[in-house]
This record gives sequence, C-alpha cells and structure tokens, in this order.
Amino acid sequence: MSQINRLGGGQIDRTKTLNFKFDGKSFQGHDGDTLASALLANNVRLMGRSFKYHRPRGVLTSGSEEPNAIIELRDGARQEPNTRATTAELFEGLTAKSQNKIGSLRFDFMAINDRFSNFLTAGFYYKTFMWPAAFWERVYEPIIRKAAGLGSISFENDPDEYDRGFLYCDLLIIGAGPSGLAAALTAGRAGAQVILADEDYTMGGRLNSERFSFVDQSGADWAVKTVAELASLPNVRVMARTTVLGAFDHGIYGALERVSDHIAVPEAGKPRQILWKIYSKRSLLCAGATERPIAFENNDRPGIMLAGAMRSYANRWAVTAAHNVAIFTNNDDGHKTATDLHAAGVSIAAVVDIRQNAPPSQDYEVIAGGQVVNSTGRLGLTSIDISLPDGSRRTLPCGALGMSGGWNPNIHITSHHRGHPVWNEEIAAFGPPDNGPVGLSVAGAALGNFTTAGALASGSSKANTILKNLGIKENKLALPLAEDAPANMTPFWYVEGCSRAWLDQQNDVTVKDVKLSHQENFVSVEHLKRYTTLGMATDQGKTSNMGGLAIMAELTGKTIPEVGTTIFRPPYTPTAIGAFAGRDRGTDFRPTRQSPSHKWATEQGAVFVEVGMWLRAQWFPKAGETHWRESVDREVVATRKSVGICDVTTLGKIDVQGADFCYIPQQNLL
Amino acid sequence: MIINHPILGPRDSAEFTYMGDAALLDRPDWQAKDALLQFIDYGYLRDNPAGPHTELWYHEQGDRSFLVITRDTTTHEISSVKLASDVARGRGRSK
Amino acid sequence: MRYSGLRVIKEALTGHKGWKPTWRDATPQNHYDFLVIGGGGHGLATAYYLARNHGAKKIAVIEKGWIGGGNVGRNTTIVRSNYLLDGNEPFYEHSLKLWEGLEQDLNYNAMVSQRGILNLVHSDAQRDAFTRRGNAMILNGADADLMSTKDIQKRYPFLNVTDARFPIKGGLAQHRGGTVRHDAVAWGYARAADQLGVDIIQNCEVLGFRIESGKCLGVETSRGYIGASKVASCVAGSSGRLMAKAEMRLPIESHVLQAFVTEGLKPILPGVITFGAGHFYCSQSDKGGIVFGGDLDGYNSYAQRGNLPVVEDVCEGAMAIFPMLGRVRLLRMWGGIMDMSMDGSPIIDQTHIDSLYFNGGWCYGGFKATPASGWCYAHLLATDTPHEFATAFRFDRFAKGQNDR
Repeated sequence: MSQINRLGGGQIDRTKTLNFKFDGKSFQGHDGDTLASALLANNVRLMGRSFKYHRPRGVLTSGSEEPNAIIELRDGARQEPNTRATTAELFEGLTAKSQNKIGSLRFDFMAINDRFSNFLTAGFYYKTFMWPAAFWERVYEPIIRKAAGLGSISFENDPDEYDRGFLYCDLLIIGAGPSGLAAALTAGRAGAQVILADEDYTMGGRLNSERFSFVDQSGADWAVKTVAELASLPNVRVMARTTVLGAFDHGIYGALERVSDHIAVPEAGKPRQILWKIYSKRSLLCAGATERPIAFENNDRPGIMLAGAMRSYANRWAVTAAHNVAIFTNNDDGHKTATDLHAAGVSIAAVVDIRQNAPPSQDYEVIAGGQVVNSTGRLGLTSIDISLPDGSRRTLPCGALGMSGGWNPNIHITSHHRGHPVWNEEIAAFGPPDNGPVGLSVAGAALGNFTTAGALASGSSKANTILKNLGIKENKLALPLAEDAPANMTPFWYVEGCSRAWLDQQNDVTVKDVKLSHQENFVSVEHLKRYTTLGMATDQGKTSNMGGLAIMAELTGKTIPEVGTTIFRPPYTPTAIGAFAGRDRGTDFRPTRQSPSHKWATEQGAVFVEVGMWLRAQWFPKAGETHWRESVDREVVATRKSVGICDVTTLGKIDVQGADFCYIPQQNLL
Repeated sequence: MIINHPILGPRDSAEFTYMGDAALLDRPDWQAKDALLQFIDYGYLRDNPAGPHTELWYHEQGDRSFLVITRDTTTHEISSVKLASDVARGRGRSK
Repeated sequence: MRYSGLRVIKEALTGHKGWKPTWRDATPQNHYDFLVIGGGGHGLATAYYLARNHGAKKIAVIEKGWIGGGNVGRNTTIVRSNYLLDGNEPFYEHSLKLWEGLEQDLNYNAMVSQRGILNLVHSDAQRDAFTRRGNAMILNGADADLMSTKDIQKRYPFLNVTDARFPIKGGLAQHRGGTVRHDAVAWGYARAADQLGVDIIQNCEVLGFRIESGKCLGVETSRGYIGASKVASCVAGSSGRLMAKAEMRLPIESHVLQAFVTEGLKPILPGVITFGAGHFYCSQSDKGGIVFGGDLDGYNSYAQRGNLPVVEDVCEGAMAIFPMLGRVRLLRMWGGIMDMSMDGSPIIDQTHIDSLYFNGGWCYGGFKATPASGWCYAHLLATDTPHEFATAFRFDRFAKGQNDR
C-alpha cells in the first residue's frame, strides 16, 4: 500500500482502485478521488511551479479556486493545459504532467529566477530591455515569451464535440451546499420549476467536508438524501458538474456542464461538454465562501494550504498532506481542522492562533497570541518558525500547515453587471453589491451566513421570498438541527514586517511587490492589479485579492472599503473555447447554401465560388479546356450571340413591403 | 437580452437586428426650406444618451416587424416595447 | 529619473528605495493653458506632445477615475497601419512610426512588438480587395506583403487547412504591425508628460462646462472649477455623455465591444492573425494568454459588458481557423465602450464653441492611433490648424458629403 497518507472514512470507494500516472510515475487512487487528493494520498506534495520565480508549489485549496496545482491533463490531442488537479476527477488510466518547467519538476532550471527575484520585482520589465531598440523583438522578447506562459497545447485539433443548449426555469440555484439544497427543497416542494447547478461532482458543498454540520446526522448523508428527493421531483433539474459561468442580461445565465471530463474519452455520440444558456425568472446565488490565506515569509511551500481544504481532504477524501500538521489561524474555524485531523489519527504539531484568547485544547498544543513568521523546506514544508507572545522564536517541525484567515463570500457573479461589492464589517469581507444583476438574490455563506444553521435558514427563507415574488405558495421547511457556532474571527492579513510573503501564489506577487506598487504611485486597486499582476492568474485572484487590498489600505492609511476592490468578470472559472463554439466548427462553421440551380450546375460540371455562405457557379469547363479563361471566353461569346442564364439567388432577397406591394411583381418590375 | 415582443411574447434579442435611434422613424420633410440641414442632422447626429434610449429593433429572424424599444444603455433594462407601426400611427401617420 | 537595466540592478542591490512615483498626483490649479479631459492613452499622449513638440506649459490632464482605465486598459493591443483610404493611411502610418520609437522616446518599455499582422483571405474577391489595399499602403510609405497559401502554411503551420468551411487562400501581411502592452502605454505617457511638468489629476470628474458668449472658459469638476485657455475633450466612449454637457450632439453612437483572454500558454501564435470569413482577430501576449475579439454586440451601450451571442460567435471564429484551441480555456471576458462614428473614421477638430476642442469617434480602432492622435490633437490645440495627417478628420465632412474619404 503506497497511499501512506490515506486516512480512514471519507467518501472514496476503496473497492475501486484506479491507476494513474503523474510525470510518468505510476500511482493508485480510488473512485471518488480528485487528482490532487490521490497525489496527496501517495505523499506527493510537489505538483507545480509558479509562473515567474518557478517556486515549488503544492495544493493550496481543494476546489476550483486553486492557483498552484495546475497540470497538463491527458496526452495527445486531448492534452489540456492548466487543469486544476483539485477538480480533475480521477479515472482509470489518467495521465498528467507538471508544467512550466525546464528539466524536471524537482530540478527546474528556471528556478534560477527565484535567486534573482530581487531584480525581477513588479513591473521591472517596463524599466529595462529598451536598448538597443532592435533587440526587443530579436533577443529580449523571445526569451521572455519562452519563459512565460504556463501549460502547452498539443497543436492537434480538438477531437471532442461540444453541444449548446437552452434551459428555462422559475428559479436557478447556483451552488448545492447547505443553503442551495435548502433553497431547492423549499422551492422544489412548492412546485416551482427549479434548476440546481453545482460545479462539483458530488453535491453538498462543505457538508461533505465537515464532520459536525448537523447535530443528529451526518451532513453528507443529508445531502445525499436531499439530492435524491430533488432528483425525484419532475419540476427540479439537478445538475452536478455544472458551473454557472456568468450572469448576462435579463436573467440569462451561461453554464457549462462537464458531461465527459470524468472519463478517459467521451462515450460515442456524447459531447465532452455542454454550454447551457439558462433563462431564469429568478436566481439565487448559494456559491459559499472561499477561505483566505495569511501572508507570512515563505508561505508558499508545498504542504502549506488552507485549513478548510485540509479538512476537506481529511473528511471527504480521507487524505492528509502529512502526518505531522500545524495550523495557523485567526478564528475558531481553523481549530476545527486540528480537531478533525487529530480524530483521524494525524499528529498536530500545534495550533498557532494570533488571538490571545484562543480556545484551548486537551489534545494538542495551542499557541495563543503566536504567529507563524517563516517556513523551511525546499520542495516541501519541513518546519515553521513561530514568534511567541513574549517575543521569542520557536521552530516547529511539521510536514503541512493549514492557514485560516477567515472567509470571503463567493460573490463573483453578483458583480458581473459591474456592481461594486460592499464591505461587510461583521465578517471583514466584501459582500454582494446593491446593484447586482436584476432577479439575482444571494443566500448562505455567499451572504456571510457562515454557520450551517445560518446557511440552511437563509437558503430556505430566500427561496420563500422568491416564491412569493413569483406568485407561488410559500413552503415552510423543517430544517435539520445544525451547528451554529460563530467563528469569532479577528481580522489578520499579514505578519508584520514580512516581505517575500506570497499573496498571488501563481503569479508570484508578494507583499514586497504591493509596497513597491504603492511607492511608484500605482495605488488605485486597478493600477495595483495591472502593475503587479495581482489576481490576474488563472484563478482570477480568488484567494489572493483581499490580502493585497488590506496591505494597500494600510500603506495609504485608508480602510479596506475606502481602497475598494476590483470587480469580477465572467467566466467564474476558465472555460474551453470549444464549448462556446459548440458544433459550429470545421465545415459546419457556417451553413453551405446552394441556389435552386445548384444540382443542374453540378451536372454541367460547374466550378463553384464561395459568395458569403453561398456556392455560385463560376464557369462551366468543357472537355479540352485547360484554363478558366478558355471556358469564360466561350461563355461570353455564346451569351453575346444568343442568350445566357445567370442564377442570382446568391445576391440575396428583395423585400417588398407596403400597401401596393402586389403591384410590383405583377408588373414584372423586379 | 430578452425582448418582450408585443405580439410574440419574450424572444431572445439574437433574433433581432438593431436599427439605431428611434428618431429615425421621423424622416424630415424633403420639401422643407432647411431640408438639407434637417437631413444632415437626421442622417448623422445622435443623442447617444447614457440612460434611457428609444431605439428601433427589427425582428429579422421572426415576424419581420419593427419595434420601438426603450432601453437603458447603462443597465440594458428594457422599460417599453411597442410595434413601430403603432408608434407611427400614434403620431398621425397613415401607414 | 531615467529607467535602464543598470538602474534596475542598482535599485535591486539597494533595497528598491530609489524608485519614485511614476507620475505625481497633482492638485488642480485655478487655471491652465491647456486642459485635457480624459486620462486615457489619447489624452495623456496629447498632453505629452503639447509639452514636447510645442513647448506648451501649464497643461493638465483630468481623469474621472484612474488613468488608463478606459479603452487603453481594455483592448486587444493591436497596432497596424493597413488602411486603404488616403485620408486615413498617412495618419495611421505616422502612428506606427511613432510606436516604433516610442520606448526610446518615453524611456518606458511599453513592449512594442512588431511580430506582424496577417489578414487571411478566403476568396478571390477578397484577394483583389487586399491587393488594392496593399498597393495603397505601399504608395503611402507603409509595408505590405501579399502572401500565398503556401507562404502562410510555411509561416503558420497550425492554421486550419484540413476541414475549413472557408479555406485559406492567401493573406495580406504587414510585418511591421504587432502588439503593445496596453496599460504601459498610458503609464509611459503619464510618466513622460509628468516629467515635462504636466499635471495629472485623477478622481476628477467633469460636471459641466463654463461657456460664456460662445466661448468655453473652463470646466466644473468634482474637485472644483478649473479654468483653461483651451479645453480639449478626449474621452472616447464617453464622448456623447460629456459633450451633452456642452449641449452638443455628435455623429457618434456608443457601442459595446467585448474582448477575451485565455489562460497563459507556452508560445503558440507568433503575431496577430485575423480571420477573413467571420469577425475574429487574435494574438498571444508576452505573458502567454491568447488575446482575441470580434464583432460589436451591435446595440448602444455604456455598460462595459456584453452578452453571450457575440461570445459564441467570436469563439466560432476561433475554432474555424484554430481547431487546436478547442481545449484552451477562456479566462476572462470584458467590454469597452466604443465611440462609433457614422463613417468609421475619427474626429480631431475644433467645435463650434470657442476654445473647446474635440477628439473622438475612434470606433474600435483607437488604440493603434494613440501616438498619432496625441500628436495631431496637440498640433491642433497649439496652432488652431489641423495637422496635415488629420485634415480628413473634421466635423464638417458629413455636411459636405466628404465622409468615407
């Protein structure tokens, strides 16, 4: 058994073992695993390299917000660059390669950039490479282009098919966590036409990641039961593996269903993916929240991840990143990870909590008022340095560290119509704008209801408000008894004095870069983003933006809401170009139009010319004619001497309108 | 976008062709003394407001009717949809 | 402070303490000689060339939000001068020449990258049209290269020639065309203008014009009244909105144009390629994203966002010539406000109000025009005569029937 980091329990099917390869090496995982969870189970922490400095990187998250563990999935014509290992479902025979390196993942020659990082600060390229002028295209740029970019494509034509379709509903519910499920149950039982979409392959959201969501039953079981009931209702369409990408005008949403990405090759006649255009009367965003990392020196090593993700790996996938784990938190939620891992038999090195009044534990050490200030371990975490409340330092060996800096509501879609997120002091995070897309409401953690009980109640009550709005009879739902403990967070963004502390792990934007940006007057959040590239990576800043804003706020002496935030654009997660194009590709890119005389012209051996979408006979070669000019000359002479026919269907239609429209054709005036 | 067609009900705007400011319904009198100036204005100048805009949409892939729509150019919200023929008749035009 | 490789090394070794603000945040003065409204590429370039070419002093650029926040910060970064008409081509060729020396002139690396632009040809008629265009370009001193299908296959082996609905039958290339790092254009002009004493004032929105007896005396702003001898509007998509405050109607409609970028990829596309049987154009940024776009959504809009039908149409264009991009993921889509003029050409002219000038109507081609637009607008502002390359860009062309020149 090589899966040395596999724990007990979880939602994986141990009876089904799946073989897969990463960078040519064979591994085994189980049905229900993602590539990331299976690699962690096999004690593989190193999964990628960062964009600029080529720093070694492992998973930061367990979902679609992942900035680090991005790989080239599959090979040959189906190679998919920049695929998140955290959302790639494991299948038999899966192959994946690490990307953006020269040499091997362990010994990437480009890692030399990290040694020279002090020269490669934010925007350094705007200040140099100008002399001599002709060297830009010939010397500097080719080197930069080769070094830049992430994954690579196969250059072969995509062999898979994509469909596009339309769906209609009273209520579109985006996200099937506790709030989404409660909302769907409320509206579904009331008889409304409901679509429930979730990007994950297992519905339930964080219910699958927590041990104690409910008082008297498992959250995951309740999710299964609820989804089964919803699926049995004829008025509810349950769509797993379906990401709602964006909000467009008048209640139209784009959504991508990944029909075949969880298997090696699509079944015959099935598309790889379907782009759905969903026409909704109302919509409810139940997209949950994303945990925030904390910036400290060298906080980017493989093994350092979000505490909530660690809990997901342990509870859902029965995996730990290491057998000796530390936690760094500013809230009670971080402690849950320690409790769950401890219960699963993982040793807890310590919980470092910035708060003096951190809750104590019988089972492991809690360092109240402490901070993690640095880390060591070239290809993976080996230890952390902690500053203690009395000012002394302590080094603590550990193979993984969970960070919890609080949670940001996933409000991306609410600002797709360019409404600006509004600061919510209570949760120290941005909430939805007042002028979001018309017809869109928000519930659950996306609205700042971070407890399970709060999420359920909010989902159900928002659904009832919508039902009332639509003139459908409300439905009071008996909600299961759920946990309702506040997280007691104390906002904390970065460790004082840190410099090479990562904010955007993929694009290598550190605290130091934000400081430089400020020094050079790139102070507006939009300038900060564009100058440092903060939040412009493939994860679009889902885990990185807030840290940058908080630091800029401090530097400018403003509050975070005064600094403001950049807004989000569609798509919510990156989406294959092929899916947007559907079947309008290749020879089917546009219809081929044939005029009424096409068959006759073909029989006469016509040579056709493309005229817009039409095919028009260009000339009719006769036996012995070797050049088009011979045929055309003959046709011209023949027409001069007798009569010629030309089918001008291809020139379009004539639209005759008005009271006397009959007169014109009757008089042969056309 | 969805256009609530007065006869056909809600239709996707992709079925329509946008035809510009509805002021184009009111063609100047070609016999007026200042007809040239009026036509320059009619042909080339636009209010182009950031806010409610009254505009023409042609249901090209539908019933081929012309609609007069009031739509906010900052939010795309549509507040009114009428048949252009009704609008013209309302202004005393016969056809 | 001059930027150079040496400077970067020196700062790196001394803790980056010496870097100064790229531009000062100026406080508005009571009166300027020249007040440029709009801190986009064109406005900043105008201010820079006023100072540099005409020795003007007391210049300010006022910007509603943050500089470079309009179309210069949200476009597909293409520069080229492949125009047909005599009223256009010398202007755009002048612009391309200015791009070619921009970095040395501004001492700012805006990554002007002349990796070429190729317009694909899919029919005989299109080839005829492009032949004519190429000849017109050469007559105006630009470069043009009519390429055969074979040439194209050799240079761009990945283009779809196997199952295309509209097979590629050649193309018109301008090898001096290419791309520029768009944001850096705004920052480079801002820094260079600032160093010549131009006041750049952000978060300063124009609320109204002060016009007395047919003469513009200055503007009311969110930061108070600012007087000016000459007021120059340069706000692209917001032109209608702004000039309405001077009770002017323009031959312009504001439309939304969407653009797109994919996740970062190792090098695929060497230069800019445009599809001739649909509306699709693309290039690959130095960071690795494929940047692409296509048609306008087709309705008046100030919303800076579009809808799905055009997204689908553009991606169909992408798949028509690059079926290898099917699995490449679109990362981000956005929309800009295009100041669509009635004949597709811009306006750089005086208005009927004394001391009030107008620059706009760039349609969806304003980015490539940035240097020449600033150059010619500065000339007009300083001398009250149109620059020789911009004589066709006047308001009265519509009344005179001289549009489409």
